[in-house]
Amino acid sequence: MASDLSVRNLTKRFGEFKAVDEVSFDVPAGSFFSILGPSGCGKTTLLRMVAGFEAQSSGVIEIRGKDMADVAPNRRPVNLVFQHLALFPMMSVAENIAFGLKRRGLKGAEVGRRVEAMLERVGLPGYGPKSVNQLSGGQKQRVAIARCLVLEPSVLLLDEPLGALDLKLREQMKVELKKLQAKVGTTFIYITHDQSEALVMSDRVAVMNRGRFEQIGRPQELYGEPATPFVARFVGENNVWSGEVTASDAAGATIRTDEGFVFKARAKGACAPGGRADLYLRPEAMRIEPREAEGLNTFAVTVKAILFDGANSRLLTVTEQEHELLVSLPQNRRFDHIAPGQRITVGWHPDSGLCFPAMGAS
Amino acid sequence: MKGSRLAFAIFLAPVAAWLFLLIVLPHVDLLLMSLRGKDELGERVWTLANYMNFFTEPVYWLTFVRTALYAVITTAITFCIAMPVSFYIAKVARPRVQGALMVLLLLPFWVSELVRVYGWMILLRESGVLNFFLMKLGLTQKPVEMLYTDAAMILGLVYTSMLFMVVPLVSVMDSLDDSLIEAAYDLGAGKWTIWRTIIIPHCKPGITSGAIVVFMLTLGNYLTPNLMGGKNSLWFTEQIYNQFIASFNWNQGSAFGFLLLALSSLIIWLGLKLSRQKLGEVAS
Amino acid sequence: MIRTLPTSRAYDWSYTAFIVLYFVFLFAPLVVTCVLAFNDSNFPSLPWYGFSLDWFTSPGPERVGIFHDAQNLRAIKTSFTTAVFVSIFSTAVGTLASFLFEQEDFRFKNALYFLMLAPLVIPGVILGISQLLAANSAGTFIDETLGIDVPFLRPSFWLVVLGQFSFITTFVTLVVSARLKKFDRSLEEAALNLGANRFQVIWHITLKFLRPAIVGAGAVAFLMSFENFNTTLFLVGSEPTLPINLYLQVRDGSTPVINAISLLLILGTSLLVLVNLSFSRKKA
Repeated sequence: MASDLSVRNLTKRFGEFKAVDEVSFDVPAGSFFSILGPSGCGKTTLLRMVAGFEAQSSGVIEIRGKDMADVAPNRRPVNLVFQHLALFPMMSVAENIAFGLKRRGLKGAEVGRRVEAMLERVGLPGYGPKSVNQLSGGQKQRVAIARCLVLEPSVLLLDEPLGALDLKLREQMKVELKKLQAKVGTTFIYITHDQSEALVMSDRVAVMNRGRFEQIGRPQELYGEPATPFVARFVGENNVWSGEVTASDAAGATIRTDEGFVFKARAKGACAPGGRADLYLRPEAMRIEPREAEGLNTFAVTVKAILFDGANSRLLTVTEQEHELLVSLPQNRRFDHIAPGQRITVGWHPDSGLCFPAMGAS
Repeated sequence: MKGSRLAFAIFLAPVAAWLFLLIVLPHVDLLLMSLRGKDELGERVWTLANYMNFFTEPVYWLTFVRTALYAVITTAITFCIAMPVSFYIAKVARPRVQGALMVLLLLPFWVSELVRVYGWMILLRESGVLNFFLMKLGLTQKPVEMLYTDAAMILGLVYTSMLFMVVPLVSVMDSLDDSLIEAAYDLGAGKWTIWRTIIIPHCKPGITSGAIVVFMLTLGNYLTPNLMGGKNSLWFTEQIYNQFIASFNWNQGSAFGFLLLALSSLIIWLGLKLSRQKLGEVAS
Repeated sequence: MIRTLPTSRAYDWSYTAFIVLYFVFLFAPLVVTCVLAFNDSNFPSLPWYGFSLDWFTSPGPERVGIFHDAQNLRAIKTSFTTAVFVSIFSTAVGTLASFLFEQEDFRFKNALYFLMLAPLVIPGVILGISQLLAANSAGTFIDETLGIDVPFLRPSFWLVVLGQFSFITTFVTLVVSARLKKFDRSLEEAALNLGANRFQVIWHITLKFLRPAIVGAGAVAFLMSFENFNTTLFLVGSEPTLPINLYLQVRDGSTPVINAISLLLILGTSLLVLVNLSFSRKKA
């Protein structure tokens, strides 16, 4: 598949500090690509370099095979949806959307036709004459996107545009954005610090930390097969044990945690016997009171609190050494009898735990 | 807070006294005075003669028109210089330099207008500093009289008014989100289009309040036209001064004063109407 | 354009040059005035005859330095006393006015507020003549009906104070109101709830909060009064203020003693402005 955007060894230095450090990636045409990372990881700088508002220190940015090095931001076939949208308050909705078309020298009737078609497309027919300030948060969002899409860019860049919305609306806009992208077929590059936004909407996600890409993959891969401890911690929730590797083979490793449990798990990276390692385990990997304990790692914990949250309910449990662990609590009424203070047994399959060499040891 | 009546009275009494005794009453008096005069027998009567004089005597209304015209020119020049300066301070200068530039910008205007005008006088006049350097450099053989010309007067007026244009412009430009400019640029707009469609529309409130204040201050200025303008470049405030102090014709002077007040109020009202603003907003 | 957008070298360079030129334009008259105060010459012009402090310290009789110039010293003292009175009165009334407009609700509030803003748009010259007229009318009226001669209703020290007070109070009101708008009324309600009465609340809570604004406004009022020319021109009696006195000297031919006074004025105002600025910075 052809790449709409291809980035090679892109680096941005501010003095000694490397905001973006040797980043390379390709975005296939028509896909929804997200860059996920904590604030300050360099994702905004990366996006602004693609848009042309920052010059790279080294590296290459190609859009549809063309090098963008000497192309000014207003000549690049990309458009940016700003974090705070940057809708022009002195213009109506239609004027905002028409702005770019007029800059291209299009004339009255044609501009009007395209603006109306675009408004239709984003579900705001007839909103043209309204003032920007009359719109709700979600509507402003759609106008900001419409303003860019009407120019038919090769790539649409979105800089955390959902950040300012309240939770309910954000959930709604996630779905809408994904549908919109599927409908128009434009390549979207979306940056966010919210993992749920990235996982829900994207075809592929890059996890960024300290200016580098930790992993690029489908959302399922990031969640199920995190390539680094950072990804394991950052994407989704995880319980963590530190311990020492006692044995390892092709099938996996055995680790003795600092509190004395001995677990079997899959090994990622070089987990040699005698080395320190961290074990990551998802809350939903643990089964409460497993009927078939054969082949599972099992141990006992005390229930400290029930964190009820509908389908996402969990138990906050502690081991004897006061190590807190989160355990998923399926809402199938089987575990209604569990109450705080109770001791329960939990078990998990060795395939669902991941061992990484401890940070600093590798 | 449902305040006590006593507190209200304490707030209201001095304020009402100030506004009625020192603002309303004097201007009513000004209007009445302008409508008084002496008839052929020397009796004091109500009359429109003072206003008739203004329209029949060309030197009066020509001065009036001239003053208004020059005030408009001054406002326009001030605006053209202030716009790029304000933009530089608000958007181009690095944040650390910004504060220092602003202080530098304000300082000269806290110094008395008289000192500033005096400074220009010793720069521009025939025996002035500028002429000294022009002759040293051999650019001219004989000293050129640059002071006492209309150009010198406009220069002085622009200089004096600058602050009142720059300050509102800087504050209004500060409130312009950089991403609006970037967005316009990203959507394909060039420099000129960004100025026309984003910056100037955003700055309208600042432009209006700056222009109003500059126009009004220029119209009512006495010092600068008097000291820097030529002998025959009469300013309307000088006419008022002459009537009051030299000819001691207070009725005629009042009529002139009232006309000047009417003109400046009319222009301010027009400015507010055109930009759909309220006086209160402009003041703050 | 703004920092993040690419610009050509030539553009950057010419923009910076423009800003530098602007600041030269801004400071040239002040710098020239200051430098020539030290020229060992009888005229405030070049060439440079050497450094001299004559125009500050010489006791006469040929050259009279500012420290021995009785007339100018008297004018400085008059201006200073005027400014002290004006800043005290206008700060007091202006603060009351901001309480009235920010915290009270009453009929005709908008009309009164509009009236309060009026001095902003009335040219200073008009304000001067209308107050001269009103004071004269009042004086005549009292003289005719009561047979008492009220000296301060003729051009005099107190008439100048009243005239300046009438418009400077508006500036104080605007400055203090701006700060009062940011005041959290629930603090007052908490104090009332704890048993304080309205005046105790204002004294202990609100005025403490307003203090930086009041001090700042007082300083601005002092400067405005010290430097006022337009309004004062018509109201001044036998004791001219410094700007009036300087004006008369400049008009009739100048000596470098004016440069010396200007230098002192520039230093004094800069100092006051900088102190005021750092004071308000610290508070903010």
